[in-house]
Amino acid sequence: MKLSRRALVGGAAGAAVLAGGGWAALRRRKPPGTLAGADLARGHRLAKGGFPAPTRFEETGVVIAGGGVAGLSAAWTLAEAGFDGFTLFELEDETGGNARAGRNAVSAYPLGAHYLPVANQDARALRHLLTRLGIIVGEKGGLPVYDPYQICADLEERLFHQGRWHEGLIPRNGIGAQDRADLAAFDAAVTAFAAHRGRDGRPAFTIPAAYSSRDPDLLVLDTISFGRWLDDREWHSPVLRAHLRYAMRDDYGTEPDHVSAWAGIHYFAGRRGWAADGAGDKVLTWPEGNARLARAMAARVPGRIRRGRIVHAVARDGDRMWIDSFDVAREETVRTTATAAILAMPHFVAARVAPGEVRADKAFTYAPWLVANITVDRLPTGKGAQLAWDNVSATSESLGYVVATHQGPDARTAGTVLSWYMPLSAVEPASGRRQLLERPIEDWQSIVEDDLLLMNPDLEGAIRSIDVWRWGHAMVRPTPGFIWGAAQRAAETRPPVFLAHSDLSGLSLFEEAHYHGTRAAEAAMRHLRHPFESLL
Amino acid sequence: MADAGRPRSTSSASAPAVALLASAFVVATCGLIYELLASTLASYLLGDSVTQFSTVIGAYLFAMGIGSWCSRYVRQNELRLFVRVELLIALIGGCSAAGLFLLFPVIDHFRVALYALVLAIGFFVGLEIPLLMRILRDVEFREVVSSVLTFDYVGALAASLLFPLVLMPYLGMVRTGFLFGIANAAVALALLFVMRDAGRFRLEKLAAIFVLALLGAGFIASERLQRWAEVASYQEPVVYAVSSRFQRIVITRRGDDLRLYLNGNLQFSSRDEYRYHEALVQPALARVANPRSVLILGGGDGLAAREVLRHPGVQSLTLVDLDPDVTRLFSQTAMLTALNRGALTDPRMRVINADGFRWAREARTRYDAVIVDFPDPVDFSVGKLYTESFYRELKRLIAPGGIAAVQSTSPLVAPRAFWTVATTLEAAGLQIRPYHAYVPSFGEWGFILAANGPIAPSAPVLTGRFLDQATANRMFDFPPDMARRPAPVNRLDNQALVRLFDEEWSRYEA
Ligand SMILES: Cc1cc2nc3c(=O)[nH]c(=O)nc-3n(C[C@H](O)[C@H](O)[C@H](O)COP(=O)(O)OP(=O)(O)OC[C@H]3O[C@@H](n4cnc5c(N)ncnc54)[C@H](O)[C@@H]3O)c2cc1C
Repeated sequence: MKLSRRALVGGAAGAAVLAGGGWAALRRRKPPGTLAGADLARGHRLAKGGFPAPTRFEETGVVIAGGGVAGLSAAWTLAEAGFDGFTLFELEDETGGNARAGRNAVSAYPLGAHYLPVANQDARALRHLLTRLGIIVGEKGGLPVYDPYQICADLEERLFHQGRWHEGLIPRNGIGAQDRADLAAFDAAVTAFAAHRGRDGRPAFTIPAAYSSRDPDLLVLDTISFGRWLDDREWHSPVLRAHLRYAMRDDYGTEPDHVSAWAGIHYFAGRRGWAADGAGDKVLTWPEGNARLARAMAARVPGRIRRGRIVHAVARDGDRMWIDSFDVAREETVRTTATAAILAMPHFVAARVAPGEVRADKAFTYAPWLVANITVDRLPTGKGAQLAWDNVSATSESLGYVVATHQGPDARTAGTVLSWYMPLSAVEPASGRRQLLERPIEDWQSIVEDDLLLMNPDLEGAIRSIDVWRWGHAMVRPTPGFIWGAAQRAAETRPPVFLAHSDLSGLSLFEEAHYHGTRAAEAAMRHLRHPFESLL
Repeated sequence: MADAGRPRSTSSASAPAVALLASAFVVATCGLIYELLASTLASYLLGDSVTQFSTVIGAYLFAMGIGSWCSRYVRQNELRLFVRVELLIALIGGCSAAGLFLLFPVIDHFRVALYALVLAIGFFVGLEIPLLMRILRDVEFREVVSSVLTFDYVGALAASLLFPLVLMPYLGMVRTGFLFGIANAAVALALLFVMRDAGRFRLEKLAAIFVLALLGAGFIASERLQRWAEVASYQEPVVYAVSSRFQRIVITRRGDDLRLYLNGNLQFSSRDEYRYHEALVQPALARVANPRSVLILGGGDGLAAREVLRHPGVQSLTLVDLDPDVTRLFSQTAMLTALNRGALTDPRMRVINADGFRWAREARTRYDAVIVDFPDPVDFSVGKLYTESFYRELKRLIAPGGIAAVQSTSPLVAPRAFWTVATTLEAAGLQIRPYHAYVPSFGEWGFILAANGPIAPSAPVLTGRFLDQATANRMFDFPPDMARRPAPVNRLDNQALVRLFDEEWSRYEA
């Protein structure tokens, strides 16, 4: 039934060569594309100030300022509890924040966040949300059953290592005895942490991070860097360190030497997905990434969301709050009086717009990211393991790419969109942001294209467009001392002001944003004496 | 030098000297081009360009060194040897790309051929440069070493720029090879005419003309050679080959044997396809009281459809196949419609070009019989069409009292893969009845009947070339070597089938 592989390759290669093949590289025409990002003009406007005085006045119960995952989770929680008197203001023309998506003729694709791991048993509120959204579809033997169409289809990930693709993200071939020993030792250590409980009886590491143990023996891990912790154990294997660097940049956009050991270990020891059919270690994904979840939450509260509204001043007025927001379309400031305010914006923005309520803190630092969506005429291939959802190169500065149509309804597609990720973690965040602003689109496009073609020379000639997206303040950085220091302090505010943002846990994750949104909404309802059943 | 102060006279750049320097240039250019060709070709055929380029370049330079060293043993007749070597390089180098392409599908140790070629060319080029210097010294050219090296390096530069910018994009590898072979041979020939004692080289002149003619013919026939290279990878002559958006479609014919290959995988041979298609379709239709509406998923060749349309009671037949190029081919080409008896243009037939999975998820109609004829689960994208999730959609598409038949790879070669399909159908809530038939060009092949209720062990089957009642009944017996064994459920998130299929088939083919 099958022709030998060699014969096949021979035929295909002949055809490829006729077409001019790989050596057209130098006369390559630059593919078209767009350069965009979190709205810079609006962000700058916020930094500069000088908004007009309010000319329109409104009243509402609760104002939610910011429509990312945290703000939308707050809105969703209020709506679930039957609390309808709230309004959400979002600076951009679309809600979702870092979980927004784009779409073209070929596919929808993520602009930022693209997956959510199966929820831990502790994450009650999240499991409730997933059940209501039809992602957890039932129960088997006491374990949640996830919708098979939303669990990432096999193959989940592959690594390009020494000229071949391998399943998984850690190379298993061509590595030395020391590598094996260090990999095994690290694995044993994080497995032990995953099962460990602190003296207060709580799990040492879990998600949401707030449920983790406060045992001082564990919290000391937050005072040193992950790199230092690894050095102390003499785990110097380049293979292990490269993998850990990948992991830290993937989740935190930050180098291992700048991440606290607590955050580093949390990445590996915090997840204990709880699901039937052995799906506990799987992730959920969609062509549009986490925009699926953000949009579903927004759809729950139609009519309560105001888009294109820059919240620029928040102040106390007796036991009430007023919130000034600039209506971009009408170019006027609206003052909204509310009984409570949930600030669901990044912490540095909250400190700027509500200086009386939120203290600016230099400990909050942010990693800049670049995301490129590459539309290609044919699916990538390569020697070794077949195309996966997540495709990573062992030697690249990028984090590789995810395939938008992997999870789509089609078994086979002709073309696809590849979402390519790179945190600018090798330089200081400020100079990374400067690069993002100053380098022209052509530079970024060549960087993306070169990187992609190194992994997939088979895509030569198949790239139709490269759309580049810049995230200046993409993710809060869990630097040593931050999570159990500055972040904890920042979360305490005086009612009726409540903060909700993934910044507050120091881990930029959907689960954390959702937790803080839910927590703030419940605190607001408690303050306003609205009855509800806590999901936390 | 004695004449260092003398103004340069035109006589010092005599015609032979110019011709010799030109040879240095051409030899260097051609040498590098052959080396680039070999590297590029190896990258294409074997992948991993970094490895290919560095090993080819390494081997080439090493061979050049040996060539240089051997040149010291040449004591006389440098010019004759030089011309002969140059002609040899022209011949070997010029044909190298075409030769490697043609060899690749038919030999087992491609790397051996590749490096032998690279070493040979490297050796000869290495031999040439010192020879050239000695010949030049004879015609009393000044600064021999620096002149030759200059032309050598300039030639290398020319080659490295020409290759990616002009040659690969506009000529392709095979033609580039021939073109530079021609240049090599032409320079050798020119040299023979320009050199003073040229009269002595009759044999070399003849050889040069012969080599030139050969390479010229190769250049002109490059296109055809490329096709042969593909043809060589099939056992039979290719009569049709096209790349659709989704796959490579190739039809071969030898005598009355017509074969369809998709991405190199054999789909049918006209000699025995009736066995496969009768076995796929008839047992299912035999078990439906009065099949009126039938669905075929896959099967764009219309051969399963032909079997369905033999039932006069069938009023509508829907065929969903991914690739419009396949269904168009099989509804328009005479030799193919003769095979499927025009099934795709039958008035009862509706052809839909869509992805089977997406279509099934969105479909709301039910069918008395569903024939599932997808390609084998060779990769994860086709593997999706064999998952529990897909079979749940399939279950929905079967009308009450209806049935489905699923082609399920070979229970003999890949028993675990076959029984994985069975287990997965059951996990989706279907009842099953597996069976198998012998199809010479595939081997022992497996199918599974699936329905929402019990399936009759036997039913009156429509007699054909292959099936009669006794044969149809026998298909349901499984001897011990194909008997049921424990197998996992194939899910979207584990793709167990693709892995087992690959494991079992590669063991079989090894
Ligand atoms: C490239 C990238 C990839 C990622 N991938 C993943 C992933 O795969 N999985 C995962 O779990 N997490 C991922 N993340 C992390 C992601 O940040 C979180 O999952 C989550 O989306 C954060 O939500 P948030 O609400 O806390 O913050 P944000 O998304 O920052 O939301 C804040 C919102 O407030 C709005 N806003 C700001 N200022 C104002 C103002 N003055 N007035 C009104 N509105 C304002 C913003 O426009 C924004 O919509 C990724 C992040 C990035 C950048």
